[in-house]
Amino acid sequence: MKTWAYLETNNNEVNLSSWEALALASSFGASSAILIGSNVEKLVSLAFEYGAESVAISDHPNLIDFRSDQYASILAEYARAEKPDLIIFPNTFRSRELAAMLSIDLECGIMVDITALEEVEGTLIATRPIYEGKALEKINCSTSTQLLTIRSRAFPMPAKKTTSAGSIVKMSHSDHSLTKVEATSESEGGVSLANAKVIVSAGRGITNNPKLSMDEKVNAEEGLRLVKALADRLGGAIGASRAIVDGGYLPYSHQVGQTGKVVSPDLYISAGISGSIQHMVGMRSSKLVLSINKDPEAPIFEVSDIGIVGDLFDYLPLLTDEFKRSLGLKD
Amino acid sequence: MKIVVCVKQVADSEANVLVEGNTITWGESPMVLNPFDEYAVEAALQLKEKYDAEVIVLSIGEPGETEALKRSLAMGADNAILISDPLFKANDQRATASVIANAIRKIGDVDIVLFGRQTLDFGSGITPAQTARILNYPFLGLAGKIEIVEKKVTIDRILEESKQVVSATAPVIISVVQAIGEPRYPSFMGIRKAAKAEIPVWSHAEISGAFPEPTVHSIKYENPPKKSGKCEIITGDTPEEIAKKAIAKVMAEKVL
Ligand SMILES: Cc1cc2nc3c(=O)[nH]c(=O)nc-3n(C[C@H](O)[C@H](O)[C@H](O)COP(=O)(O)OP(=O)(O)OC[C@H]3O[C@@H](n4cnc5c(N)ncnc54)[C@H](O)[C@@H]3O)c2cc1C
Ligand SMILES: Nc1ncnc2c1ncn2[C@@H]1O[C@H](COP(=O)(O)O)[C@@H](O)[C@H]1O
Repeated sequence: MKTWAYLETNNNEVNLSSWEALALASSFGASSAILIGSNVEKLVSLAFEYGAESVAISDHPNLIDFRSDQYASILAEYARAEKPDLIIFPNTFRSRELAAMLSIDLECGIMVDITALEEVEGTLIATRPIYEGKALEKINCSTSTQLLTIRSRAFPMPAKKTTSAGSIVKMSHSDHSLTKVEATSESEGGVSLANAKVIVSAGRGITNNPKLSMDEKVNAEEGLRLVKALADRLGGAIGASRAIVDGGYLPYSHQVGQTGKVVSPDLYISAGISGSIQHMVGMRSSKLVLSINKDPEAPIFEVSDIGIVGDLFDYLPLLTDEFKRSLGLKD
Repeated sequence: MKIVVCVKQVADSEANVLVEGNTITWGESPMVLNPFDEYAVEAALQLKEKYDAEVIVLSIGEPGETEALKRSLAMGADNAILISDPLFKANDQRATASVIANAIRKIGDVDIVLFGRQTLDFGSGITPAQTARILNYPFLGLAGKIEIVEKKVTIDRILEESKQVVSATAPVIISVVQAIGEPRYPSFMGIRKAAKAEIPVWSHAEISGAFPEPTVHSIKYENPPKKSGKCEIITGDTPEEIAKKAIAKVMAEKVL
């Protein structure tokens, strides 16, 4: 089978779920990695280390901004010539746009947000969550080229090899785009939610600490400090319920849930989150969930493995210290 | 200015979705305007207030599936069209996108086409980009803010970890996200108008144009695996003891 993986780059770094796409591609035999952008040539050796047999690259200064129409034209031309069986993309906003446009150019089927894939008698059967993960659907695709976007962390990361050699193919270049990127501003750094192994999430409970203050803002600042300390201790990312984002305490990029991000870390710790359905659809596929809530009846406990009924302002510092001891970490 | 908003009717997000046999049920839960599309309708109404526009809402659905359209009319949209034909049954986004593209062509002189980010039911968030590609219109995805000066449309594009300012020349396709602002509630007058509205139904014959055979096929539905066992509420005499026990349990699961 001729299988490709699209490597999405931002600021000259490949995002982690692209490597998961490459590992999945390689599980069907020799795989090719697709690299499009400006100054991406130096990522080629990394692609070989992560298991690509060959790399197809289009590297040009005016590919500096990801523009789905321009990128799709490049990939479509190459795919028309090479006729791959399968192209796998990470299910990020950008890559999904690219795959969507490519499905039109190649008149082929596209299966989106896939969490499992099996081959049954030569047919690929994919699993995708529907109704916000409340049900699953098995689907297949009947075109000779198939496109697939995979949910991040649903498939394993490839092991890194020490050798970094393979063949390199140059794809042609396209100047044409119907859109213009006028400015880009990166949000604050830190671990990205989609790829995080550990997420500590803050809910409205962080605004509620009568022992400290009657001012929600003052409480929230202290609450966020405690959440951050725990996240930092575990090398994790900070998540939030919508209540915290709407309150202006954290930017929207931290929101977990229906209108935020769907995450599946190994460990999800919620602090002061009640567990509305819109929040839970964003974190229910986490491997292990630990929740702290004052209210023993809070619905969040229904999707948690470990529950602490109590005040997050007491427990967050205790957990931070205790993790330090258990993991043998230094300050 | 003419704005078209694409909206879908879906089961409410509170719905208790269950797979029985190979059908999906959602109990008594009402059908609603897809919440992501509510932001798109809100965006259209903001543009209407600012630039004076005609807002047409468009939905592909079964005969009688007018809930999303009526809600949009009640919020303030001017006209609604239901596209319904036995031919359109398959849940294949590429087919959906080409039906929408043909409808846009038929409506004619459309300046802005707005979409939600994705649908709640079978949502995969690809229909807007596909429609743009079919029509060869510029695609401005994930807009949290929209500004128009003559034919130049500029959006704030809200990505996972960054924000961009992106522009294009109308006609354009835009998908809208939450940052556009909370959708307004229908007014009393709006609800009355919507209740009385006669919504035209277009069949395949009306919009003409070929549309592709579905290429993605549903094999079966399943319920997701249940969470392993129940939540263990950690008990103890002191918070210190509880914290210790909780962490011991996390460590025992070997996820870290
Ligand atoms: C269309 C739509 C989309 C939505 N999308 C999202 C989404 O993407 N993500 C999302 O999160 N929400 C979303 N929501 C909002 C959602 O319905 C809830 O309103 C929101 O998740 C509530 O946030 P919360 O749990 O932090 O707050 P609350 O529901 O107010 O819960 C606060 C909890 O903190 C506990 N608590 C209080 N003080 C303490 C303390 N000191 N220590 C410990 N516990 C304490 C309380 O017992 C309570 O359970 C959406 C809603 C709609 C209508
Ligand atoms: N049946 C439909 N009728 C009208 N618009 C639709 C329909 N399905 C999807 N859309 C639009 O396309 C967007 C993305 O849908 P999807 O790709 O299915 O997640 C939605 O938010 C709607 O704006």
